[in-house]
Amino acid sequence: MSANNHELNKFPWKHVIGLALSLILTLLALWVVVSLSLPTVATLTIIVLLAICQAFIQLLMFMHINENHGRGYRILAIAFGFYIAAVVVYGSLWIMWFTV
Amino acid sequence: METTNHTPIEYSTEEGSNKILGFWVFLGAEIVLFSALFSVYLVLHSHTAGGPTSKDLFEVREFMIETFLLLISSFTCGLGTIELRRHNVKGLVAWLVITLLLGLGFVGMELNEFITYVTVEHATIQTSAFLSGFFVLVGTHGAHVSLGIVWMICVVIQLLRRGVTPVTARKAFIIGLYWHFLDVVWIFIFTAVYLTGLVL
Repeated sequence: MSANNHELNKFPWKHVIGLALSLILTLLALWVVVSLSLPTVATLTIIVLLAICQAFIQLLMFMHINENHGRGYRILAIAFGFYIAAVVVYGSLWIMWFTV
Repeated sequence: METTNHTPIEYSTEEGSNKILGFWVFLGAEIVLFSALFSVYLVLHSHTAGGPTSKDLFEVREFMIETFLLLISSFTCGLGTIELRRHNVKGLVAWLVITLLLGLGFVGMELNEFITYVTVEHATIQTSAFLSGFFVLVGTHGAHVSLGIVWMICVVIQLLRRGVTPVTARKAFIIGLYWHFLDVVWIFIFTAVYLTGLVL
C-alpha cells in the first residue's frame, strides 16, 4: 500500500534518537540538581531549559507536529497554549515573589 | 513534507483531518489547564504548615523510575504510529499493548507513592497548602494517564475487531497524540515538582 513511501520502510531513527535524547536530558537534569552545587537560580534555570528542550523533542519527533495536513493551525493552537501557560505560571510567580 | 504523493490513512478523510486538528486545539486547552495547577503548586510550595516538605517526601529512585516508564512508553507509542502508517494492525496493537503495560506500571508506582505519603508520612491533601497543590497537580496528571489507559484499551479492541480503517486509524493516531502529550506534562512535573523540590 505504501511501498513507494521510503519514510515508512526505514528503521525509525527519528524515534530512537528522540528516546535517547529524552533519557540523556532527564539524567542531565538530575545530575545538575544532585551533583552540581550551583546557585539555586542557576540550577532552576538550567532544568527548566532542559524541560523545554524535551517538550520540543516530543512534539517534533513523536507527535509529528511539523508534518503537513494543517500544520499552521496546529502549531498556532499549541503555541498559543504555551504562551498562556508561560504568562500564567511566570506571572503568578513574579507577582507572588515580588519585592521592592 | 514527505507527503506530496502520499497521505497517511488517518488524514485520508476530511472528517479525520478535522478531528485530528480539533484534538490539537484540545491539547492547547489542556496546556492552559495544567498551567493553572502548576502556578498554584509553585506559589504554595513553601506553605507547608508544619507538615512534611518536598525535601522530606520525594525519593529520587521512585520518581526517576516513574519518569523512565513514561518516557519509554511514549517511545513505544510512537513506534505504534509508524506501524499504523504501514497498515500493520499486529505491529500497532503489539506496541500499544507494551505502551499500556508501561502506563500501568507508571500508575501503579504513583498510587504506591501517594499511599506511602498518606499512610507512612501522614502527608494528606488536607495537611498543608503545599500538599493540596501537590496532590491536585500530580493527581490530575495521574487521572489523565488512567483515562488514557482505558481509552487505549478501547482503541485496541476496535483495531482487533475492525482492522485499520480511516476511522480506527484516526482514533489510534489521536490516542497516540494524547499519550505523548501526557509525557510532555510529566516532563514539567518532573522538573517543576520533583527536581525543584530537591532544590528549594
